[in-house]
Amino acid sequence: MRIDDMLSPAVKSIPPSGIRKFFDIVTEMKDAISLGVGEPDFVTPWHIREAGIYSLEKGQTYYTSNWGLIELRKEIAAYLSRKFHVTYNPKDEIVVTVGGSEAIDLAIRALVSPGDEVLIPEPSFVCYKPCTLLAGGTPVPIVTKAENQFKLTPEQLKEKITPKTKLLVLPYPNNPTGGIMNKQDLEAIAEVIRDTNIFILSDEIYAELTYEGSHVSIASLPDMKERTILINGFSKSYAMTGWRMGYAAGEPTIIGAMTKIHQYAIMSSPTTSQYAAIEALKYGDDDIKNMTKEYNYRRRVIVDGFRKMGLDCFEPLGAFYVFPSIQKTGMSSNEFCEKLLYEEKVAVVPGTAFGDSGEGFIRCSYAYSIENINEALKRIERFVRKYI
Amino acid sequence: MEQILEILEKDNRITPEQIAVMLNRDVDDVKAAIKKLEDDKIILRYKTLINWEKTEKEFVTALIEVKVTPQRGEGFDKVAERIYKYPQVKAVYLMSGGFDLTVIIEGKTMKEVALFVAEKLAPMESVLSTATHFVLKKYKDEGVIFEDKEKDDRQVITL
Ligand SMILES: Cc1ncc(COP(=O)(O)O)c(C=O)c1O
Repeated sequence: MRIDDMLSPAVKSIPPSGIRKFFDIVTEMKDAISLGVGEPDFVTPWHIREAGIYSLEKGQTYYTSNWGLIELRKEIAAYLSRKFHVTYNPKDEIVVTVGGSEAIDLAIRALVSPGDEVLIPEPSFVCYKPCTLLAGGTPVPIVTKAENQFKLTPEQLKEKITPKTKLLVLPYPNNPTGGIMNKQDLEAIAEVIRDTNIFILSDEIYAELTYEGSHVSIASLPDMKERTILINGFSKSYAMTGWRMGYAAGEPTIIGAMTKIHQYAIMSSPTTSQYAAIEALKYGDDDIKNMTKEYNYRRRVIVDGFRKMGLDCFEPLGAFYVFPSIQKTGMSSNEFCEKLLYEEKVAVVPGTAFGDSGEGFIRCSYAYSIENINEALKRIERFVRKYI
Repeated sequence: MEQILEILEKDNRITPEQIAVMLNRDVDDVKAAIKKLEDDKIILRYKTLINWEKTEKEFVTALIEVKVTPQRGEGFDKVAERIYKYPQVKAVYLMSGGFDLTVIIEGKTMKEVALFVAEKLAPMESVLSTATHFVLKKYKDEGVIFEDKEKDDRQVITL
């Protein structure tokens, strides 16, 4: 018996992550510096950590309701209404999940059956495609372009819609490109979706990290709330990645179906984290403001740095990544990253990690101190000058 | 203006060129703004925060609560001035509440500080009383935690 043959074909169809081996090298390399990590460098603000500690001291160590603490769901509803002008009933339109990641998986599993097509703008975060494959669905990439600021255009969308299309993933603000969709862009998409039976999975995990203007949720547009599953969480906005706190909001039948999966796979999200999340929503607005301000400084420094070394660099307006083109060097993304690592000891992520359309780009995170960014830019510049 | 100050307060080695990029402004504007802040004495000095406890240097810090009688026409300013002119006095604040002035003093030894209080501060005409508290350990100063870990603990993950 070969154990490999015993694995489910769906699991086997998912290729191993190409980035891992790369970063294993980085960890071993002395004085290597990284712009690779996709999570905030800030630690969770102290008052939020303390709320978690208090809840442990008080002995709040039980499961919560499958949906999550009602107090937390109420705060989430208040937050979504305050920030994005969408109203949800905390009773049956919100489920608290183990990170945005779980919410994405639940939404796809609740909606997608074998044969269904899921439209996924690319380059984008790595999980939509495997989750679709695990649900038996067919991922259909839509390649977004630098010349369109990596936005999804209504023309591209129309072109890919078939009678089998079930779900559109809307991953904005985008990891890895930093692209965003403003109200006008979203209205054009809503216009296309309105006459179809397609649902939208709107991954708004980076909503708070929007520079020059504020984030608009597609759920706030007319007729869109019923067909949108809004996904958000605490990882990026409050620097709470390790707490594993996210949520989905949407129409009660879908949220109910998602909660059914959640209750058997997870039971309930971590209780300590839920209490910390309540504190974050109640008293964390200033933390977001301060962190976003800092990211914005770094964003301008890193974009300026890449442009000065002669690379084409789209100005990202969201998240904490830049996605410069390295085509001028004549190297592939992989080759560039490997050489950069060995010659200058800087780790960045090849664009191809986020879909084939990422070829010719690299992703650099600016969730690093300005000093770290400056040093990395100096090394990358020295490297790039050798090759162009 | 405020943003320039915030940036420099955190790290004054950041150049005007870099500040201009960070704030999306013209370099010459930033240079002019900094010059004006210096001229207006809003930026008073560029200094370095040092954890002296890690060095060989022997010194003590004391916080002294001082009660004074305000003087006619001068309020507290005159007596505060007599106190802050001593170079060993690092800071003087006028307070609300149970006492009037906070005086922070540095000296080489406890004895030196005690002598200063006994011989210089307490005898001043308008000083009614003093209470001296010696600092045993500094945990945090100017917003900086002294023994903070600076390591990047983020691990490799599939993003
Ligand atoms: C676009 C996007 N969505 C979702 C997630 C998942 O975040 P979490 O599960 O920590 O909420 C990430 C994390 O990198 C992301 O980049």
